[in-house]
Amino acid sequence: MMSEKKLNFLILIFLFLVPLFSMLLNDIYITTLFSKIVILAIAGIGLNLILGYGGMVSFGHAAFFGLGGYIAGILAFHFNNYEPIQILVFEFEGTNQLLLIWIFTLIFSSILAFFIGYFSLRTTGVYFIMITLAFAQMLYYFSISWPTYGGEDGLSLSLRNQIPFLNTMDPTTFFYICYVWLIITIILVKLILNSPLGISLKASKENEDRVRSVGINPKKVKLISFIISGAITGLAGSLYADLNRFVSPTILSWQMSGEIMILVILGGMFRLYGPILGAFFYILLEQFLGGITENWQFWLGFIILLEVLYAKAGIMSFLIKDKYDEKTSS
Amino acid sequence: MEFQLLIEQLLNGLQFGTMLFLMSAGLTLVFGVMGLINLAHGSFYMIGAFGAALLAEITGSFFIGLISSFIVAMFAGVITEILVIRKLYKKDHLDQVLATFALILIFSEGIRWIFGAYPLYLNIPSELNASVSLPLEIIYSKYRLLIIAIGIVIAFFLYILTSKTLLGIRIKAGQNDREMISVLGVNIKTLYTIVFALGAALAGLSGALIGAIQSVEVGMGEPVLILAFVVIIIGGIGSIKGAFVGALLVGVTDTLGRFLLPELFKLFFDNADANLIGSSIASMSIYILMAIVLIFKPSGLFGERSA
Repeated sequence: MMSEKKLNFLILIFLFLVPLFSMLLNDIYITTLFSKIVILAIAGIGLNLILGYGGMVSFGHAAFFGLGGYIAGILAFHFNNYEPIQILVFEFEGTNQLLLIWIFTLIFSSILAFFIGYFSLRTTGVYFIMITLAFAQMLYYFSISWPTYGGEDGLSLSLRNQIPFLNTMDPTTFFYICYVWLIITIILVKLILNSPLGISLKASKENEDRVRSVGINPKKVKLISFIISGAITGLAGSLYADLNRFVSPTILSWQMSGEIMILVILGGMFRLYGPILGAFFYILLEQFLGGITENWQFWLGFIILLEVLYAKAGIMSFLIKDKYDEKTSS
Repeated sequence: MEFQLLIEQLLNGLQFGTMLFLMSAGLTLVFGVMGLINLAHGSFYMIGAFGAALLAEITGSFFIGLISSFIVAMFAGVITEILVIRKLYKKDHLDQVLATFALILIFSEGIRWIFGAYPLYLNIPSELNASVSLPLEIIYSKYRLLIIAIGIVIAFFLYILTSKTLLGIRIKAGQNDREMISVLGVNIKTLYTIVFALGAALAGLSGALIGAIQSVEVGMGEPVLILAFVVIIIGGIGSIKGAFVGALLVGVTDTLGRFLLPELFKLFFDNADANLIGSSIASMSIYILMAIVLIFKPSGLFGERSA
């Protein structure tokens, strides 16, 4: 048992040292595996902002994750082809510069999140879950039926996109790029949670009428949070595409949305670092079970089921003891 | 020619719609009565199809296969309800989504474990695997007509069940006030198990009916599950009537969309582009339909209250 602060610190230190462990064990695959964990953790933190703190159960975050992935893929595709992107009468050059790709990703994910959020937030509860799912499914089927970027087969990137002076093809470098994004995400979300926006978001989850009565529009608060959440998840998707050097409609599928949601809940909602632990255990479980049995998903299902039925507060609550425990275990 | 093709597509849409209705009926009841989001509903569709394929193979009779799909899925439903689902009624939607997501993993991998990764085939008996001539020179598959007929009969049966029988009255009462009806001496636990098993059985039957047209494989249930959710959201949660209207709407929109949209876009673009844009938009059409319905009627066409 330890305090949450201490555990958070340990998590960050541990992740920072991953490439070192990888070197000691002489297995570079570990670094790549942890890049995946860090990226999924970023996506999870993005989702957790609205899921855990805002009470909005979005079952369509794959839309943002996939959009980010496709932006990275499509820009690189056009860069390699020397064919400009045509949208109506406008023409854009492709690029393989990560910094630019990230900016595009953040902008377009925010626009998409505004659009989806604007319509979805008119509904609540089950209908909200389903309408967010519907929007993600639209993009999923669109990506399958639109053949320019590979359709169902997806799109391969010959090289990772680049940052000046860095070799992104090196697993260690790429891991630290993801790590830096994780830190940025944590700081950003922490700042938001302590800002008037975050406080009114948490309040809106508890009671919208009271928030309205002090002159704050809860819809607006929720929409802004939804946009930020979508942008973070989109960025994670863009990193994911670069990690795998491959994007396909799978990252837009509803299973992807489910996976991001599972790792948030596995780690523990209402906790900033929960999704990191969630991603860690989810991926390790996948690797471990995948190593011992072909039917690992069967056992994964079992573990998730037990976790939901008997240990709702998530992994973090096993490791620490604090005031949240009473609130989260029902 | 164009006209016959249009009617044929319309019938395909109806067939798709009635199949979706079989899937959605159980989902909407479980959703409406118990307030449970059941993502694992598609697993019963798969279990029914596998049960049918197995028993049709053993007995050599397609109809025994169909009947057993209903029974096998019903048993699977009863067991799942008692072991897992029962514990979820009082949990929030998020937990339900997760737990039933986990059930999908368990069912899909379990089936793959038993039957292997290759699809099974369920063959339509030769007397049904033929075409019939309808008026106006329309020729249509006998088997698909049978699916439409089964769907309509079951819709009628469910309508009678929910509106005219004691069980239906209890289901409705349970929907409105869970405590009150248990105070009145109705065993709510058993009632829930019956409703859940009935839904599972209908999903299993539709899995077997469609498995005979397509193939019987692991993961066949999930795409249909998502469509069934779209149906009940459009129709309004808990409403059998809504599920029926929603299912036909979704079935016809999807089928006719794929057929008509490319034609429509040919008026504006050249042929290749029109096919591309038309089919891309058609593949999204039902989700667009759902979004539009929710934007104007946030609790669906026949939904009474928002859940």
